[in-house]
Parts: sequence; structure tokens; C-alpha cells
Amino acid sequence: MSTRTNDAVLPYDEVVARFDPVLGLEVHVELGTATKMFCGCPTEFGAPPNTQVCPVCLGLPGSLPAVNEVAVESAIRIGLALNCSIAEWCRFARKNYFYPDMPKNFQTSQYDEPIAFDGWLDVDVETDEGMRTFRVGIERAHMEEDTGKTSHQGGATGRIHGADYSLVDYNRAGIPLIEIVTKPVEGTGKYAPQVAKAYVASLREILRGLGVSDVKMEQGSLRCDANVSLRPSPDAPLGTRTETKNVNSLRSIERAVRYEMTRQAAILDAGGRVTQETRHWHEDTGITTSGREKSDAEDYRYFPEPDLVPIAPSREWVERLRASLPENPHVHRARLQAGWGISDFDMASVVNAGAVEVVEATIAAGADQAAARKWWLGELLRIANERGAELEDLPITPVEVARVEALVADGALNDKLARQVIEGVLAGEGDPDQVVAARGLAVVSDDGPLLAAIDDALGAQPDVAEKIRGGKVAAAGAIVGAVMKATRGQADAARVRELLLERLGVSDQA
Amino acid sequence: MADTPAISRDDVAHLARLARIDLPEDSLDHYAEQLGVILGAVAQVSEVAADDVPATSHPMPLVNVFRADVVRPSLTNAEALSGAPSVEDERFRVPRILDEE
Ligand SMILES: [Zn+2]
Repeated sequence: MSTRTNDAVLPYDEVVARFDPVLGLEVHVELGTATKMFCGCPTEFGAPPNTQVCPVCLGLPGSLPAVNEVAVESAIRIGLALNCSIAEWCRFARKNYFYPDMPKNFQTSQYDEPIAFDGWLDVDVETDEGMRTFRVGIERAHMEEDTGKTSHQGGATGRIHGADYSLVDYNRAGIPLIEIVTKPVEGTGKYAPQVAKAYVASLREILRGLGVSDVKMEQGSLRCDANVSLRPSPDAPLGTRTETKNVNSLRSIERAVRYEMTRQAAILDAGGRVTQETRHWHEDTGITTSGREKSDAEDYRYFPEPDLVPIAPSREWVERLRASLPENPHVHRARLQAGWGISDFDMASVVNAGAVEVVEATIAAGADQAAARKWWLGELLRIANERGAELEDLPITPVEVARVEALVADGALNDKLARQVIEGVLAGEGDPDQVVAARGLAVVSDDGPLLAAIDDALGAQPDVAEKIRGGKVAAAGAIVGAVMKATRGQADAARVRELLLERLGVSDQA
Repeated sequence: MADTPAISRDDVAHLARLARIDLPEDSLDHYAEQLGVILGAVAQVSEVAADDVPATSHPMPLVNVFRADVVRPSLTNAEALSGAPSVEDERFRVPRILDEE
């Protein structure tokens, strides 16, 4: 399948001036339970194909499912953290379809009786008028099971079009999944893409805080589908929506929503009609392409799962779980910000970079807050963006960043060397101390070699030396630069300058 | 009760398509009639069950039957694939799918 397209798009400013976007976000989160939803198979990522399967999750005749208690408990905790009501009684349902990613020919899910419903989540977005809180309504959170992994063989591109057959690994089939569905998200206007991103980021933070999932988007343990529609004004009926799948990073969510808005606007602008369909997001080209149109194939003929008895969480159980919920991230962030003593704007930068946890952990490891923010929002964020990765997925830990900063604070490293140490850690050369030792990176603090390098530089540039002696202290930069180069950046530039002026008997009064 | 079939010819065609059953055009009426009889019989039950009888999916009054989150041995790859009509690369080999990825 080509990721190129001839789809027209309308400039974003024009889109938001003429249309009102409405979002709907569906997030699937894989729970971090030890076993699957309905059987005792392990859930570890990356096991050899079809080795974490049993008669239940392979759908063999005569096998019977049994519900994982921890998965139900996690579902209730997620519901409570999202301010939902918890069903007093609910059932599983069979979602019937013919697709080999489920060997049973149905997926065990919940239909009209989700375990959690009618909640909300507040998310903060930086607007032209400062930080603004948008309340995203939660329609429901329900329990289901993940599908197996299919890979398509024989086609020219390995993608499904032109594939001759498919191979299926059922290790993932049956892993507990919670699907969290928002109500239509309205009133976001031009901030729709940021609200979508902030929602998923906040949700991820909550899920991580609950300890129910490792929420790794790149490994697929948190997946987002974005529904987008446009209408001429907030009073108009909802427009036709598309559902964009395969949106697997926070950055992509923002980009995908934005792209869909510009694409749909171009269609409406030309007097056309948006097709209700599934679309696929392409990270590389930043566009969506048509998947399939919704049709009667979507008729899943749900019916109550006869092999599983209903779930009726007692109110005592629910209240016990509610009492054990961790601090809400919104409240947590406010507490961090007060503790760090930083402005709303600076805090928003930390939040938007997805850096709250790593900055917090770096400070906990001994760095001061300004240094922790400087590293994560500067050098590391630049590298993460280059790699298209999230900060927390970079192969460097907050403890290592704190160690680099401690070396700088001790004067053992300057900023330039510290960046090289970070680079070494990211390249897998070891922890900061190992990189310093292996690369021989340390500020040259012994004056002897510095003086020798200064003399060499003065000898090589006698005219500059003369200027400095004549009182042109500004010319010292050229010599300092030469010394820094000669010592491969391992000197302390301020000390070199000091020694140089001393050498030439010039005082530093320019 | 079953004088007027509760299921149309189009319904049968739709269900057949969902169930991936290749029903010949000339058998649709035949199945519509048969399914209509079955639905009629079910409808009779509805007549008897008044509003005070809730729809029942589970005859036993059981709830909250849970399993502890403890790993149990899975099948080996060879065992898992032993019943598969076609196997490749330690995976189940299935006909190509004309749908999304
Ligand atoms: Zn299993």
C-alpha cells in the first residue's frame, strides 16, 4: 500500500475559521496482569510465536474461559480514576466476526453493559490565553481481550494488499484489554489536536500511576483510534466522521487529528461529502489513507457470553478500591509545580514534552529542578524528536542524567563534555562514569597542560597575541578557542582565559 | 404464528453473508421459511413470559466467578500447531485476508 496520496488539504487556519471539529477518542490499553483475561497463559512481550497459548485462548472445542480477578479489579480502578460509575451488574458479550486474529471467531468483549461508564478527565492545554482546562467526557470503559498478531505474506510490500496468505501468532490473543471511549469532545475549536494529545498523555499518566499497564505506545500496550468530524458551526448537527487507526505516539495523535481536519475540510470546501470509513495513519508521510468503508460487515451480532457468569462488583469492593487510588495526576502536577517553584508556562513545557515523570525522577536522584528541566527539555528532547521517540523511551535513565549533572556541578565536566557523556550513554557505552572513563572525558583542571596549549596557540597566532598585549582583550577569544580545540573541549574555557590574560600580563578590564 | 415469516429473504441473505455461508439464490426462500418457524416458536415463549420475567442469559444465579492471576503452563508450539491444517514459521497459516492490516 502506498503512503502517498492525492488528497487535497485546506490550510489549518482556514479549517478552524470555517469549521468546528468534534473528536471521539478510543484508547485500548493492555493490562499488565501476569496472565490472560480468560486463561492462565502468560502475557510476556516478545515470547516465541504460539508458545503462550492453551485450549482456551486457541478456542479449542470443550474449553471454558475463567475471568482473571486482577483484570476486573484493574478495570474498576481505571473506571474510578476516570470518575466513572461502576456497574452493579454487567456481562461479557461475544462480538462475532470472521477474521483469523481471533481463533474463536468471536472476541469476548462487553456490549451494552460496560463495567465503567459516564466519567470525565480534565486535561490542560496551552492556549493563546494561557493554560486552559478542557473536560473530556468518558462514555465507557469496558473489558475485552486482545487479538492475535497476523503477518501478511507473499505480497510485494508485505502489507495486506497483494498478500497471498497470512501467518498468525496467538500469543497476544486473550491478553486483557480495557477499551476507554470518550463522549464526543466538543468546544475545542482550533485546539482539537492538542486536546487529543493531552487527553492521551493524561490518560497514560493515570494508567501508569495506577500501575495497571506499562502503557508503552511503541509496543502497542496503549493504542489510540481517533474519530474526527467537522461541522460548519457548533450548532450544526454532527458531521460524518472518520476513524483513524494506527496512531502510536503522542506526537502522531496531534498530527493525525490535524491532518484529518485539513483533509475533511478540503472535501467539504469543494462541496463533497466525507466518507464514513476507517483510515490508516502513516507516521512517515504524516497522512492518512483510506482503510475500509463501514458496511454491514460491521454487524457483530453481539450476544451475552453464555460461558461466563455476570460480574457484580460489591459496593464494598468498589469503595475499597476507590480508597486505594493514587493521587490524581492533575493534583500531583500542581503539587510538583509548587515544590519546584516554577511558572505555569515552565510547567506546561514539562507537561507538553511528556517529561513530568522523568524530570521528577531526576530531581529525586539529586539534580536540582532547573538542571533536570534543562537536560530533559533541551538536549534530550531534541534527540527524542530526531528519533521520533518519547523522552522516557530514550535509553538513558533519570538517575544517569542526575549523575551527569552532578559531574558538571563538581566541575569534572563542562557542558560540552556532559553532552558527549549523554551521547555515549544513549549509544549504549555504559553509565556516565563508564563513558567518562572510556572516552577519557574530563575537564583538564591541571594548569600545566593548559599553559602549554596556550603557549602553542600564542606561538601560532603572534598577531593576535600582540593585539591582546595591546589591550584588545576581546581578541582573547581566538586563543581560547584554539586551546579548547587543542584539548578537544576538555578544558574549562573560563580558566583558559584567566591563565591566558595572566600569561600576557593583561587585566580583564576590556 | 408462523403464517407470516418473521424473517425475510433479504435477512437470510444478510445472515448468510455474515456467517460466510454460500447460500444459492434459489434456497433463500426455503431457509427463510424454516427460520421463520423457529422464530415463531421462540415468539411463543415470549407470549408466556410476561414483563415481570426478565430476559435470561444465565440460568444459574451465579456471579463473580474469578480465577487468581497465576500463570499456568501453556501448550508448546508443536502442541499448539498440531491441529492446524497449515503451518509456517511456527505460526498458523491462513488464507489471505482481504481487509485491513
Ligand atoms: Zn491460554
